[in-house]
Amino acid sequence: MPPLTVYWALVRAGFRRYSTYRQATVAGATTNVMFGFLRTYGMFAAAAAAGGVLAGYDRPRLATFVWVSQGMLATINIWGPPEYAERVRTGDAVTDLLRPVHPVWQLLAVDLGRAGFALLTRFVAPVVVGALAFGLYAPARWSTYPAFALSLVLALLVTFGCRHALFCSVHWLLDVRGPMTAWVLFSTLLSGMVFPLWILPEPLPALVVYGMPFASMVQAPMDVLVERGDPLRLLLTQAAWAAVALPAAVLIQRRGERKMVIQGG
Amino acid sequence: MSAVIETRGLRKEFVVRKRAGRFRRTRHAIAAVDGVDLRVEAGEMLGYIGPNGAGKSTTLKMLTGVLHPSGGDVRVCGFEPVPQRVRLARGIGVVFGQRSQLWWDLPLRESFDLLRHIYRVPPSEHAARLARCRSMLELDPFLDTPVRQLSLGQRMRGEITAALLHGPAVLFLDEPTIGLDVVSKQSVRAFLAEVGARGDTTVVLTTHDLADIQRLCERLVVIDHGRVVHDGTLAALHARYGSRRRVVADLDAPLDRPVAVPGADLESTEGGGARLTYALDQPPGALIAALAQTGVLRDVKIEEPDIEEVVARLYKDR
Amino acid sequence: MAEYYRLFLAQARGQAQYRASFWFDVAASTGFGVIDLLGVLVVFHASGSLGGFTQAEGLLIAALAGAGFALADLVVGSVERIRNYVRTGLFDAVLLRPLGALGQLIAMDFAPRRAGRAVLCAALIPVTAVGAGVQWTPVRLLVAVLAPLCGAVLFGAIFVATATVAFWWIDSGEFANSFTYGGRDFSTWPATIYGGVFRRVFAYGFGFAFAGYYPALILLGRPDPLGGPPWLAWLSPLVAAVAAVVAGLFWRRGVRQYRSTGS
Repeated sequence: MPPLTVYWALVRAGFRRYSTYRQATVAGATTNVMFGFLRTYGMFAAAAAAGGVLAGYDRPRLATFVWVSQGMLATINIWGPPEYAERVRTGDAVTDLLRPVHPVWQLLAVDLGRAGFALLTRFVAPVVVGALAFGLYAPARWSTYPAFALSLVLALLVTFGCRHALFCSVHWLLDVRGPMTAWVLFSTLLSGMVFPLWILPEPLPALVVYGMPFASMVQAPMDVLVERGDPLRLLLTQAAWAAVALPAAVLIQRRGERKMVIQGG
Repeated sequence: MSAVIETRGLRKEFVVRKRAGRFRRTRHAIAAVDGVDLRVEAGEMLGYIGPNGAGKSTTLKMLTGVLHPSGGDVRVCGFEPVPQRVRLARGIGVVFGQRSQLWWDLPLRESFDLLRHIYRVPPSEHAARLARCRSMLELDPFLDTPVRQLSLGQRMRGEITAALLHGPAVLFLDEPTIGLDVVSKQSVRAFLAEVGARGDTTVVLTTHDLADIQRLCERLVVIDHGRVVHDGTLAALHARYGSRRRVVADLDAPLDRPVAVPGADLESTEGGGARLTYALDQPPGALIAALAQTGVLRDVKIEEPDIEEVVARLYKDR
Repeated sequence: MAEYYRLFLAQARGQAQYRASFWFDVAASTGFGVIDLLGVLVVFHASGSLGGFTQAEGLLIAALAGAGFALADLVVGSVERIRNYVRTGLFDAVLLRPLGALGQLIAMDFAPRRAGRAVLCAALIPVTAVGAGVQWTPVRLLVAVLAPLCGAVLFGAIFVATATVAFWWIDSGEFANSFTYGGRDFSTWPATIYGGVFRRVFAYGFGFAFAGYYPALILLGRPDPLGGPPWLAWLSPLVAAVAAVVAGLFWRRGVRQYRSTGS
């Protein structure tokens, strides 16, 4: 295994690379802010009609849920372009095999760097706007802050693992448009980015939150932050999905590599 | 004869932002084309050359109505290109070597048919022009192949056909031979030479391949830093920049003292004196006679002045 | 017009070669339409009503606005690719043909494969109208037909205007989405749910209230809960026309900008 300094260098490279996309960062943050307003008003209206509290969320919790989740979308890069698949399609991915670092860990390190930059920009921008426009929920327990930080990292790992596994389908399908479209469809509805999943009709909420990986990307960190439900259970759910998604990504990657090496693409 | 293209004081400035310090940016206006006067008569074939960034493509874009000049007058086929873009478009044909005008997913034949409708060309005229291009450019083997599957050479032949199908009075070619293999280049050049020889189409050609110019263009305009630095024949360019013919002599044995003739400078000696290269300011007769008198002359070769070299020198002086 | 129709046919023939891809896109487009409506259903289910509108009424608003958006997306949605055209120089080729630039782009990128959502939403207009208990009159019938068309013109104008930004700001990326997809989301819900300046800007400034909300008020025979005068609800065609003119003028400025800077 290469020394940790190698990974650290990759993390820094990811950070630097994304810090050059300044205009795209501004444009993306604008969109997050726009959708933050839209979703907040929608949720507030729903809460008002439901008697002030919607599925256990009051107004400050709803505002926090909406604005922080808008900040998270770019941080976990849930809809980012399928770069690895593109590299496989063009044949550039072969060069990744020549490096003495495992391709998946290499990509993860770069992604962590990217997330670091996104955290400072794309995450902060909507959270600040949301706080100024609506006021946000202040967690009651001090332990919520480290729990949220951990939850955020786990969300990042789950998202990365699922997406990379999906990208690897390029080795068999030659084009990831189909899987990517399905991914956007499911992640839109089932991650909690459009509405908190607990407002789904019974018995869907528990099924979606624990039985599918999407909630571990957006819903779980939000619930930890607004202190809805047992944080330990949420973190364990996320950790379980990370423990499924990352090894799955490594396994599928290995299969795909073998196919690439044997059949030349 | 009337001018098909006429520009006076044609200018194009671009505003460039430069980073000055961490966040500040300063704005500079850079003249990409800086006062070009050009008059091209009907039926002329004009080579328009210059180093990268000299303003060639910018000029072409202003002549074709893609870019708005920052100053000066421009008339092409009697039209002002930008305000009268649509009418001008019917009178000109344009080929950009690195960009396609064809429909990527359609066979060439369908692209051509579509162009007939877009340019509203009568079917008989269209058929006649297409037939000529088909035979001269040998399009038939790939006429039914989707454009995306064509080789670069095949595609370029298709592009040139597409640009000529509506019978334009002026044909603009931006790097038409870039990236082509030798055979395709020759085919394209032969066809363009024929177009030029018929005299009813004015051709303006930019290129980095000076063989194109040598083969096709009587008149040569060299542009540098947005200004015309030469406008005339190729011969005039040679005369002006003092390019000289060379004589290369191979000898059986080195000479003790090299042959010296007025007007011939010994440029280099190779092979321990077995090969001598002279640069000449006058006809080579006297030098060759002198060389022959040495008794050891085995072979002699006269090299015409090289346009590449002239242009390289021109570019280097900038 | 015949030339533009030819351009469109050529594009359609090119696309037809990728048959599997075509049907996949149709399915995906329908899927995204379904997802949006599911979202509306879920929120109404959880809250009972929204901004003073029942679930049935809310679905009618969503269907009207969705049909308008989807129709615009179908016809001019790909104009957002102008960024790539400017970057690759393809826009030069467009300017070299003896046809209008915007017309060419629309004809070249018209995407029948995105019809799924439009068909879905259009089909849902009568269904949701019946569900909301609309009392049909000839005028309301006309409104039900015209509303999606006006909405399409409005959203089409938004697509063109935001894509035009690329002539100045080539890396504008997601910026246009704020107004295109953002506008769609805005008009999916009753305009009553939004507050203050935000509502004033997007409902009236950009006109998104006239894509679904106001036509639905006419169909439902309800006065404007926001207190607007009765004639306000009938302004959708005017709003669409103004938006189209503004977008057209902005587009022309954009092309002029392109001509002065190049790519």
